[in-house]
Order: sequence, then C-alpha cells, then structure tokens
Amino acid sequence: MDLSSINPVLLIASLMVSATPILLAAIGELVVEKSGVLNLGVEGMMITGAICGFAIGVNTGSPVLGFMFAALCGALLSLAFGILTQYLLSNQVATGLGLTLVGLGLSSLIGKPYEGIKSPTLQKMELPILSDIPIFGPMLFSHDPMVYLSVALIAATWAVLKYTRVGLVLRAVGESHDAAHALGYKVVRIRIMAILFGGACAGMAGAYISLVRVPQWTEGMTAGAGWIALAIVVFASWKPWRVMIGAYLFGGVTVLQLNLQAAGAKVPIEVLSMSPYLITILVLVIISARGNHGAPAALGKIFHASR
Amino acid sequence: MIRLEKRAQPSQFWTLATPFLAVILTMIAGGIMFAALGSDPFEAIRVIFWDPLFSEQFSAYSRPQLLVKAGPLILIAIGLSLGFRAGIWNIGAEGQYIIGAICGAGMGLAFYPTESFIIFPLMIMAGALGGWAWAMIPAVLKTRFGTNEILVSLMLVYVAEAWLASVSSGLLKNPDGMGFPGSRNLQQYPAAANTEVIAGTGMHYGVLTALIAVIFAYVLFSRHMLGFQIRLAGEAPRAARFAGVNPKRIVFLCLGLAGALAGMAGMYEVSGPAGQITIDFNSGYGFTAIIVAFLGRLHPVGILFAGLLMALTYIGGELASLMLGIPAAAIQLFQGMLLFFLLATDVFINFRIRLSTGEVA
Amino acid sequence: MTQPLLSLTGLTKAYPGVIANSDVSFDIHAGEVHALLGENGAGKSTLVKMIYGLVKPDTGTMKLNGAPFVPVAPSAARLSGVAMVFQHFSLFDALNVAENIALGMENAPKQRDLAAKITEVSHQYGLPLDPYTRVGDLSAGERQRVEIIRCLLQNPKILIMDEPTSVLTPQEVEILFKTLRQLKSEGTAILYISHKLEEIRTLCDTATILRLGKKVATCTPAETSAKELAEMMVGETLHVPERAVGDFGEVLLKVDDLSLRAPTEFGTSLKNVTFDVRAGEILGIGGVAGNGQDELLGALSGETVSTPASVALKGQDISKMGPQGRRALGVLAAPEERLGHAAVPDMSLSENALLSAAVRKGMVKGGFLNWGKAKSFADEIIKAFDVRTPGAANAARSLSGGNLQKFVIGREVLQDPDVLIVNQPTWGVDASAAAAIRQSLMDLAEKGAAIIVISQDLDELMEISDHFAALNEGRLSAIRPIQGLTVEEIGLMMGGAHDASSTTAESAA
Repeated sequence: MDLSSINPVLLIASLMVSATPILLAAIGELVVEKSGVLNLGVEGMMITGAICGFAIGVNTGSPVLGFMFAALCGALLSLAFGILTQYLLSNQVATGLGLTLVGLGLSSLIGKPYEGIKSPTLQKMELPILSDIPIFGPMLFSHDPMVYLSVALIAATWAVLKYTRVGLVLRAVGESHDAAHALGYKVVRIRIMAILFGGACAGMAGAYISLVRVPQWTEGMTAGAGWIALAIVVFASWKPWRVMIGAYLFGGVTVLQLNLQAAGAKVPIEVLSMSPYLITILVLVIISARGNHGAPAALGKIFHASR
Repeated sequence: MIRLEKRAQPSQFWTLATPFLAVILTMIAGGIMFAALGSDPFEAIRVIFWDPLFSEQFSAYSRPQLLVKAGPLILIAIGLSLGFRAGIWNIGAEGQYIIGAICGAGMGLAFYPTESFIIFPLMIMAGALGGWAWAMIPAVLKTRFGTNEILVSLMLVYVAEAWLASVSSGLLKNPDGMGFPGSRNLQQYPAAANTEVIAGTGMHYGVLTALIAVIFAYVLFSRHMLGFQIRLAGEAPRAARFAGVNPKRIVFLCLGLAGALAGMAGMYEVSGPAGQITIDFNSGYGFTAIIVAFLGRLHPVGILFAGLLMALTYIGGELASLMLGIPAAAIQLFQGMLLFFLLATDVFINFRIRLSTGEVA
Repeated sequence: MTQPLLSLTGLTKAYPGVIANSDVSFDIHAGEVHALLGENGAGKSTLVKMIYGLVKPDTGTMKLNGAPFVPVAPSAARLSGVAMVFQHFSLFDALNVAENIALGMENAPKQRDLAAKITEVSHQYGLPLDPYTRVGDLSAGERQRVEIIRCLLQNPKILIMDEPTSVLTPQEVEILFKTLRQLKSEGTAILYISHKLEEIRTLCDTATILRLGKKVATCTPAETSAKELAEMMVGETLHVPERAVGDFGEVLLKVDDLSLRAPTEFGTSLKNVTFDVRAGEILGIGGVAGNGQDELLGALSGETVSTPASVALKGQDISKMGPQGRRALGVLAAPEERLGHAAVPDMSLSENALLSAAVRKGMVKGGFLNWGKAKSFADEIIKAFDVRTPGAANAARSLSGGNLQKFVIGREVLQDPDVLIVNQPTWGVDASAAAAIRQSLMDLAEKGAAIIVISQDLDELMEISDHFAALNEGRLSAIRPIQGLTVEEIGLMMGGAHDASSTTAESAA
C-alpha cells in the first residue's frame, strides 16, 4: 500500500465536496424535523433532484438553472408528502417510505435517455485573497459556489432558529403542536413551509451529486446518501453546526475509503465500501446510548385540530 | 372550506374500500402517465392487468409466474406486517432477504455434489437463520441502546449488498464458471433445487411456505395472546405495558420473525426462480413488500391478495415493456403511486369529510 | 350601572351531534371577577374559546366596550385585550420561560428586554419567576405563573382563567387569589371558570351557571349557598356516597422504602415511599399533579419493578413481578390517563376488557384467546356500571370521558381485587358518574379490599378515604387519619413539610 499517494490538502478539499450533498440534505431535514415532521423520503427527493437538475443542466448548458430546477422538483415532491401527512393525516413513516419509492421510480423513468452523458459542471470559485493562503487556500477556499452556499445555509439556519421569531415559532410547533395551536399559530401552514424547504434542499443535494461530484447520471446514484443525511440529523442532536461536523466526518470517511481503495490497501474492497454504512450505524448507536437529547417532542406525531 | 371531522370509531367500510379505491386512482394516474409516455393508456392498463391472466397468447406463461412473484412478496410482507402493527419499522427486509439467500445457498453449495433429502431442509433453516440474525442487529441495538431501527435496518441493506457483491465473485463463485461472477446454478443441483410442488403452476416450496405463513399470521392475530400483545404495543405502548407486555420481547419477536421469513424468501428465490447467487439476483422484493404489507391493510388475508396484485404489476409490467415499450421504471413508479394513493385515501377510515363555511382555526 | 366591558348576546355553537352552547348571554364589567360555573361538558370551554377567537360562534354577538367584537383568531383577541390562562397549559417544555412568554405576545421585545420585564412584573404581582429556566423543569404552580405573567405583560382588560386551582396546593391558591384581587383593584375583569364552589364563593363577585350548554342563572355567589349553587349546576339533588366505617383487617399491601429513578427526563423519582393498607381501608393520596402519582401507580401495578422487598402483598414480596403476575395475586390498578394507558382508543370494549382481565377472568388458555368470555365480561361491566354505549363492539374512543372512566373502574372492580389502586378516578367525569364511581370503591372496601385512591381532588379524598397522605416531589408524607385533618395541615403535607407532619403524626400515633 502506498499511503504517500494520499495528499492531505486534496483529501480535505475532496472531503468538503463529498460531504456537501449530505450537508444540504441534512440541514433541510433538520428544519423539517424541528417543525415536528419526520420525512423519511429524503432519498427519494434527492434522487429526483439529481435527475431533474442533470436533465436541465444538460439541456440548457447551465448548471445553475439545473440546481434551481432540482430545488423546485424536490420541493414539489415534498409537497405531495406535505399534503398527505398534514392535510390527509397519513402516517409519516409510511408516507416517507412511499416518497422514496416514488422518487426512485420517477428518477429512473426520467433518467433513461440521460445515461452515459456528461453534464456541464460548476466552475470553481476562488475566493479572493483567502484562496492565496498557502495550504489552507486550496484546501478550504477554492471550491465551487455550492460548497460555500451549503456552509452559509448552516449558518443561516442556526441564526434563524436561535435568534428570530420565525425560528422560535418553528421550534414551538415542533415541541407541542397543540400548545402552538392554542396560541393561534397555523401549525399546518408552518409545517408545510418547513417540508418545502427540506424538499428544496434535498433536491439541490441530489443535483450536486449528478452535476458536480460525479458528474454523470446513473440510476440509484444517491446510494443511500438521503438515509445517511437522516442519520446525521440524529447524530447532530438537531443542532445545525453539529450537522456540519457530522457531514464532514462522514465525507472524510467516504473519501478516505476511496483513497485507500485506490492506494491498494490490504483491507478487502467490500469492507471498505461497507464502511460508510457501518460507521453510520456505529455513530447512531453511540448517540442513542447517550439518550436522544434534543429531539423535538412532537416529532412524527399527527396533528389534527379538534374543537 | 373542507374540514376533516374525526369519526367516533374507525369505519369498517372504508377499511375494506380504500385499497380498491387506491387501485382505481392509481390506474387513472398511471393511465395519464402512460399517455404521457406515448402509449394508449387503455391498452397499457389492459396489458398490465388483464393479459397476463387471460390473454391466450401469454397466460400460459404468465399465470405460473404470478405465484412465483407473489410468493416472496407475501412471505416478506407477512413478516413486515407483524412489526408494522407493533410500531416497529423494519424497512431492511431487502438486506435480510439477501443474507438469507447467501446463507441458504452457501449451505447447499457446501454439500455439493452430495445428494441427500436433508440438504434442502437444512438450506431452509440456514436461510431463515441468516435473515433472523441480520434482523437481530437492529433488534439488539434498539432494545439495548434505543437506536432507531429504521435507519439501522436500512443501512444494513447496503452492507448486505456489498457482501453479496463480494461472495458472488469470491467465496461462492462457481469454480467451473470460467471466471464469470456468480455461484453454481442450484437448479442444476437436484438436492438443493427449490422445485415446483405442483408442476406447471409456479407453486414452489416458497409459495407453499408463504401460504402457511398467511394462515399462521391469521391465527396469531385473531386468536392468540401474542398477536393481541403485538397490536397493543403498536396502538398504545403505555396500555401495552399496563397489560403486562414486555416491549423488548415484542421487538425481538417481530424483527426476528420478519427477518426469518425474509431470509427464507431469499433462499427460496436463489434456489428456485433465480437459480444462482449473482451480484444482482435480488430484485427489490424487500422494498416492494412494504407496499404489499400496507396495501393488504397489514392483515394476512389482505396481504395475500395484495401480493398477488403486486405480482401482477410485475408480470404485466414486463409484458408492457415487451409489447408497448413502456420502460420498466414506469412500473416501479406505478407501484409507488399505489402506496401514495392508499395512504391518501386512508383518511376516510378515521375521518369524515365535511364542507363547512369558514370555521376559525 | 356603567357600560359592561364585555357583553355576550345569544351565543350559540353546535357541533355535529352536540349543542355546546345555546343562546348564552351575560355581561362582564371592569374590575369584576365573574365566575363561569358548570359541570364537565356544560359548555364552559367552548364559550371561552369563542371569546378567545379559537372558535367562531354559529349565531350571537359579542361587544367589547360597546363596539362589536369578532375575534378571528387568538391574536386578534389578544390585541383587543383578552388574555387567557389555559387549564392544560399551552407551554413548551423544551423552551425557556422568556421564549414561552414571547410566543404568546404579538409584539415581543428582544429577549434581554423581555427577561427584565418578566422579572419586574413577576415580582410586582408576587409570582417570582426566572426568565431563563427551562419550562419543563418547573413545578405545576410555577408553570401556571408563566401563563399568568404572559397574560399580564399584555395589560389585558379581561383575563380568562380556566380551572386555575386544580394544580395548586391550598397555600398556592392563596397566593393566586391575592394576585387576582390586585388585578381586580387595578380594573381588570376576570372570567373565572371553575366547578369548585367554595372558591367561587370567596373570590367571585358574580357567577353565571351553565348546564348542558344553556345559561341557568346569574347570581351573586357570596349570597348563595354552596348547596344551591351545586343544585343549579347539576340540576338535581345529588346522591352523596355513604359507607359504614368498619374495623380494618390484616395488612394487605405493604410498601417499604420504595425508591425509583424517574424513567424520563420530565418524570419524578420516587423517594423512600413507605406505607401500608389494610383490608377494608381506603388510603387517599393527595398532591399536586406531577409529584410522582403516575410513577407510584406504575410501581404498584407492576409496570415498573422495584428493589426486592419494597412492595409486598400479604407478606409475599411482589417487587419483581410484572402486571400480569400481580393481577393473578389480586393487585389491580386503574391509571389516570384513560385513552392510551387504561384503555386503547381504537380497540373495542371487548378487547379493552381483555386488556387487564385476561388472567383473572380466564380469557386465555394456552395462549389462545376466548373472545366469547371477553365480550360477556365487557357486557357485564357495561350493565353493572351503566356505561352508555351501543355495545361492546364499539371503540373505546367513541365513549364520553365519564362513560369510559366507568368502564375502566368497573373492569377492575368486577374482578374482585384484594388491592385496588386508582389514580384520579373521577377526573373529568360528571357529578353523578363520579358519585357512582366513588360508591363502587367504597362498596369494594366494605367487602374487604384494600384501596389506594390517588387524586388531586381534595374534596373527593376527604369524602371517601380513611387515611390521608400526600406526595411531594416523589416523597410520601406521613399517613394521618382523615378525621380531624384541617385544610391547612393538608396544605402543609402537600407542600412538602415532611418533618412537621411526621412528628405530629408520630405523636398522634
């Protein structure tokens, strides 16, 4: 094995790229869960976003339009989930699973003509001055805009949840929808907005995989990233900055195992390719062994305003 | 304004009616989708739902296929329904199915080329045990640490797939296979082959097991304390504890049984219709079974019919892609829509729709 | 008389199958404490929800200071000066006091300014609060303060209070009344909902009595006797439960130094609980909600197991036994929460009969169920306890609260227990059903069972128990005979003055 082929600067830089889709999906899901809704359909929305973004990216030649359309498609799909769970009061677990199955079917249906095509991708955006810093410049400050956007989104979510009235109301709805309703807040409307935000984030997350990370379309290419995003929200105890830590740790594991595979490590390849999932399980166990602190109290519960 | 009003108790009528309503709505939406894909919607629906059973040209081949496809779906869905009723969300049946297939096939291949009547029963046990053990991982983690079983069981699907890829080109690879990945074909090894019980019907041992599982689950839920306790645990966990139900025992029981049944289904598939372990012998039955379980109202008899219907969409889908060039993915979407429409129409079971004028709040 | 502050005319609200309010009219003046009196289901809640903008009346009008008042949402009501303190608090456990208060305000200031304001106002009205404490860590009384302060910060013209004293100790009630009188003197009108007659007679200037959605009368409570008020409220002469107090037999249930850690973050740990109950005795356990009542019931019913020798039945250690084992020996329980704990909402009454009576009524044999026996037992309960339902096949949730409670108590009583533990047996139940339930408990004691009644209703405990003890933060006070116990003493026991009460109890014994 030749470890010298692994360059730490490139490792960190590619870690950020590989973590970005999970980061985007997880921050969206965090907002959804903070409002008291459990949407297990992240994987479905991501894969739909991946193909929708890819298709528009290829057809218009503009990856930016691709991202915007992916966000729209993710939000539309999540709207179906929102209508079912919020207005028709269906079980959130079952509906989320259904959303994933629908998304997988929909994406492979749309994706057939796009297999094997390369898409235009996002240009790197060298941040002035910062990117000239030796080592840290190329490592942290010469990425594509979506990497910066995802970090900005984390910061914005944190600030909104902590300091604004919108954030306070969102948290309140997720803690007790009955109390929030009694105070006159529109529980269903607030939750639908959160679900739409989560859908848009998941859509962009999918598009990042198909437009930047790979950049190509293959069926089922999200390969469980949506589920890992869900696990990272739990890992993060529903705190935005910890979502970032979780996603980057996970990105690190993925990049490292790919590098090890390439470097010809003596560990069997299948063990390496299992490792992200095994580590996710391990992390979930460690977190849950400490108790699920921070879970919104009304998470997954059905709200129906009676008299 | 449309308002939902909670019924005093669940409507019996709608409990039975919503699956039918959902099927009709899916046909309509599916028809629109097929039209958008450039096919005649009526013809497409006919090819999917009618031709496999009744067309002179295809039914001879398709009818046995119905049982072949429904068998594993029913077997897995019965297991899932136990957990879903208890509020335990095992969505990793696909992984348990793969591991059951690997263990079952491995057991059979270990004896190759010995001929003995004991081999096939041993393979069944190995398959069940493999699936059971795989399901025990989320069960132990849930009871011991309170880890979410949804995420763990799902992560284990990816782990199982990686393992499947490994054994099909490693441990279980056919030594006489000229380097191609994939195991020996168990269909060509009589002691280990899952054959038809009644020739020409598609009724192999897996289908037989599925029917037994349906009867077993029916008795469990309608006549046995354990079935009652499973329902209690799902509907009102506090009341279940008050009634003396040990929640951990229910988790082990439901996940264990579901895993064993899914494992058996995998073993029957690999030693029967699929024939050999290959990197992609599994065809997503573990996920489709989730739809089957819900469509069947988590009721054993309902699951029996739902499994047959879902099998029909598989066969009809193949036929439609052959005859009309409808992509296979359209059928997957079709199945997903079915679950969506079912969940949407389920609102009628517990709620009444009322039109009212401007109720505040 | 001056112009009324709030004037209600002909308010009517119907729900499918129920008329919640029918043609209700009355006036409230500034600086008046106006009682709204009625049984559960009399329509009090619906009426105040209309005033607070949560429910829109079908017909009828409201006027505030002479101008039409049509609140479309609680925020509109709040802006017009109507504030409300809910019976089940509309609070968020995971948020702090200041955040909770901000959520109830239309134009909340910055958190730091709000916190200062909270500290100031809460001291001004004698209800001290720390703005940065998490609400989940507060006692029931303090949680109510949060609600009240939230209202006061809006300078309300009318303050609606829904059953405010049900969660308070007598001493806390005194503090609350002082605050309310201070508000009254400042000109705030208070609409005070209660069914506690003595309270209304001491505090309120006027009382409007509702029965079955209609206004029965408006009167001056200080000039009306409690008996008259009760009869107007119930509409009939009440049957007061009676029992012959006999001698107690052997000790049936002995609890010795029972300590249990709280199962959840917001639960209460039990600490060194010690008592025993004899055959024929009713032990009343009082205390403010959330002081370990649920946990105590769970430890006695077998839902939670405890350290060896902490719970014993007739000398046999049952601490490690589960609910079914204890039931087989004769220890039965009826938890407080009817839907979801004592009964499963979506299951039929037959299935709910099976829930706790499977063992003692022989409904299981070799694991297989006998549905015939379950149904006939359910029918037996329905008949013996006058449960109003079309039949045993109906779901538990289709029953009214009182009827389901009768079913739950009946299910346990008809299994002839040696020891029965009930928590809040008559909570939310109308007066006649409550009387029937109390009577059945007394009859059971007379037959030689030992009964533990956990309740927050002191009147109920005074009426039926032989001995009294109070739970406070998971500790049980010393046990005192009910006779000769004063309200002050009870208040001290509930407030947790352990040393004082235990020394007096020892000297009395």
